[in-house]
Amino acid sequence: MDRSDPLLTGKAKAFSVKSDFAHWGVLYGVSGLFALICAVFLISIVVSSLPAWRHSGLSIIYGTTWSQGTDSFGALPIIAGTLATTAIALVFAIPIGLGSALAIVHLLPVKARIFASSLVELLAAVPSVVYGLWGLLVLAPWFENTVQPALADLSGHHFPFPPPYEGVGLLLAGCVLFVMILPMIVALSRDAIAIVPREQFEGALSVGATKWQVLRKVVLPAAKTGIVGAVTLATARALGETVAVALVIGLNPLFPHSLFSTASTLASTIALQFQDATPLQVSALGALAVILMALTAIVNWLGRRLIRRSATKAALL
Amino acid sequence: MSTAVIEGIPEDPMLERRELIQRVAQKTLQRRMLASRAVVGLCGLALVIALVPLFAILYSLVQKGIRWWSIDFFTKTPQFPSLVDPNAVGGIANALIGSLVIDGLAALFAIPIGIVTGLFLAESSSKFAAALRWTAEIMTGLPSILLGIFAYQMLVVGFHEWGIRLPGIGFSGLAGSFAIGILMIPVIIKASENALRSVPFTIREGALALGARDGVVARRVIIPTALPGLITAVLLALSRAVGETAPILWVIGASNIVAWDPRHEMASMPLYIFLSATSPYTSLREETWGIALALVVVVLIINLGSRLIAARLQRERR
Repeated sequence: MDRSDPLLTGKAKAFSVKSDFAHWGVLYGVSGLFALICAVFLISIVVSSLPAWRHSGLSIIYGTTWSQGTDSFGALPIIAGTLATTAIALVFAIPIGLGSALAIVHLLPVKARIFASSLVELLAAVPSVVYGLWGLLVLAPWFENTVQPALADLSGHHFPFPPPYEGVGLLLAGCVLFVMILPMIVALSRDAIAIVPREQFEGALSVGATKWQVLRKVVLPAAKTGIVGAVTLATARALGETVAVALVIGLNPLFPHSLFSTASTLASTIALQFQDATPLQVSALGALAVILMALTAIVNWLGRRLIRRSATKAALL
Repeated sequence: MSTAVIEGIPEDPMLERRELIQRVAQKTLQRRMLASRAVVGLCGLALVIALVPLFAILYSLVQKGIRWWSIDFFTKTPQFPSLVDPNAVGGIANALIGSLVIDGLAALFAIPIGIVTGLFLAESSSKFAAALRWTAEIMTGLPSILLGIFAYQMLVVGFHEWGIRLPGIGFSGLAGSFAIGILMIPVIIKASENALRSVPFTIREGALALGARDGVVARRVIIPTALPGLITAVLLALSRAVGETAPILWVIGASNIVAWDPRHEMASMPLYIFLSATSPYTSLREETWGIALALVVVVLIINLGSRLIAARLQRERR
């Protein structure tokens, strides 16, 4: 018997891989090109921000004055605005999105389910600039004339709803983001909920659990990974949304002092101040981009951690 | 609940206890049912709340957008309203053509890289492939404005502030295509890897057993089998790319004339919406609805197309 036969020595696969050098050369070459583009991309963003870090140091992160005219770059109010708009959006979008996803999968009759699903999916594809346009031209006047005075009456014209009513601002940006990420949360968590086997749902019902008990104890835990993933994606999108927010935030680089006040976010500041920026100011906007990238990375990391923890818990049970 | 006492059979000694248990059970059942109904109601309410703004957007789009649609609207270039004719806003031909050229070029650049990298991820189990998959995942989640900064630094000014002095090409459609293309690549990679992986292993092994090399298997067997999935992947990426504003915000120049040459400044539909939404002219602001409706229709057509192909693929598989 020939001992060097690749089939016997278990090297058959390695042999066949090497034999098609051209094929694997193309695969490695093109994927390498993609990796190279990504590397240049990350490096260029970081390097473009270096002059600003040299100019202001870490006070870019904790400084409280952002003024392009005087070259003072303190992005804390902008970071606060970013986190605040995202938080407003999530506070509304998570319960309403999850509730809708549960309703679509487990409450609606089949035909209505298909209709609602496709509507939500199509809306998830609507470009964000259209949400911004709607926020600016429809929602902002309505907020200014109806919603904000009503809310202010409720709170007796004190915090968090003091005048003036400008329409645009923190609350409006949060609401536009909410409407924008809602279809995404509904569509993704619906997928996660729908793949929980129907038998588990019916089995739990048949031993006497009520619908809510089944949803809480069987469906939601089983779909947790997918739901956390959906929320993570939506959060990252809300943090980084540029044009929709830029249209409705009112771009004001001061600390938002109420829900009505105009504010600014990292991405919208980059978008709106890029045009007439000096090289140093462009670099400061690059520093904002680095901060934004770090925020997105933190959100992704938290999401992954949550998923992993729930997975280990499930493994222990 | 009463148990009929039949003659000769002694009364159930546990009767009292059973009734007590039943009463308690009835009570908790009522409580549980009430909680359940409340939550189910809340879920329904959430769905209604969710659908209201979504319907409101569609309604505004159609109601305010459709009246701008005319032959002129799609064939003329924009025009600033004057005192003589405050309603003259011209058309969006420049934006339509700009979008077509920019996104077309972006697709030309992104499709081969995306699909070949997807094929690599589906075929290889090396560490490099795992790292690349992770990179693609991260790239899809990054804010798209970052790509705009990248395209600006690299193509528009050519890194010249760093002393590298690449030949910057200035504000141009090409720079926009580059940014949009990079945005599309990770989306295509992810979706096409899934499509290519779903090709049954038996087919692959059959081809290998006939003596086909990896390249032949990929070109003649795997890619043709996964073609509908690949088309879906590309269309999905395209439907996202067409509506992206942030990456092209400061790189394409937003010109007001019809330009087919991507080396020059161009316009694009989402950018046009962004710019005229904040215009001081009322008529220009209102006209934005017409463009927004056109953009949404284009996106939905591409999106529906990809879904139809995917659905057909699923039917055939069955």
